[in-house]
Amino acid sequence: MSPMRHALFLVALASAGAVAAPPPAARQLLDGWRSEAGAEFSAATGERLWNRAVTSDGESRRCATCHGDDLARAGKHARTGKPIDPLAPSANPKRFTEARETEKWFLRNCKWTYGRACSAQEKGDLLTYLLTR
Amino acid sequence: MTHPKKLTLSLLAAALVASGCAVGDDDGGEYRGWFRGWRQDVAPAGDPVYVAECGSCHFAYPPALLPARSWTALMDGLADHFGENAELPGDTVKALTDYVTANAAERSGSRRAQGIAASAPLDTPLRITDTAYFRRKHHELRPQMVESNPKVGSFSRCEACHARAAEGSFNEHEVRIPGYGRWED
Repeated sequence: MSPMRHALFLVALASAGAVAAPPPAARQLLDGWRSEAGAEFSAATGERLWNRAVTSDGESRRCATCHGDDLARAGKHARTGKPIDPLAPSANPKRFTEARETEKWFLRNCKWTYGRACSAQEKGDLLTYLLTR
Repeated sequence: MTHPKKLTLSLLAAALVASGCAVGDDDGGEYRGWFRGWRQDVAPAGDPVYVAECGSCHFAYPPALLPARSWTALMDGLADHFGENAELPGDTVKALTDYVTANAAERSGSRRAQGIAASAPLDTPLRITDTAYFRRKHHELRPQMVESNPKVGSFSRCEACHARAAEGSFNEHEVRIPGYGRWED
């Protein structure tokens, strides 16, 4: 491929990979957390946090325990079996459009998974990661 | 040959007697005849916030299935809700507590609700499945139909076998156990 074509190809690829702008509620939350956070939010850090396994009450818990490994697909409550709508905004545009809802689930689910509430830094990293899905 | 009027009267009498009789099953609230109908059904969970919040992980249990004191205890302990964290903002907890206690078992006209309220006079059952009423109603079920049944898993999953649970109806004649079919007494 000629250098020009190569460059155009890369630009096209980058545009195709670009995610939709985050919903206003998500931006609002990130802005709020940013003042308490120590470092820039990073999707890579968020991804590591997302995949972190913690042992609680003798069982290994990860976010994927209920949300599944493919965020574009429905998950399932590990205990009740209730289906959970996909978490990826690309599959479920309603995700992260309500600040109160997002905060509620972060509180509960960080406590269940990690045994404690997530810090503003952690929430920012996690949300930044999830917004790329 | 019987006099037509006598025949009609006898038939009418028989029909009235039949309709007034209880159906033989022990379904917690006899059929009261075509006129009085069933009074077993409980009011289903009707509050939209309750359905959204308390139905997000499991079946939105009708408030009439537990006494008010049980609901108070549950709503006080959402941070450790049977091992899960179900925390909610304080104002939401208050509104939900008001709703469930106002519609609790002892305040319901349903015979099932009354049965539940009467079966736990000294306890504060946190689980509907722990009430004597519930246990009595389900005592004939074998573990392989519920706990060991991969399609059911737990008695807490009312909706798995009771197709009209979301309407507040738990009539045993409508029960279908996944993998086993209709429940035949």
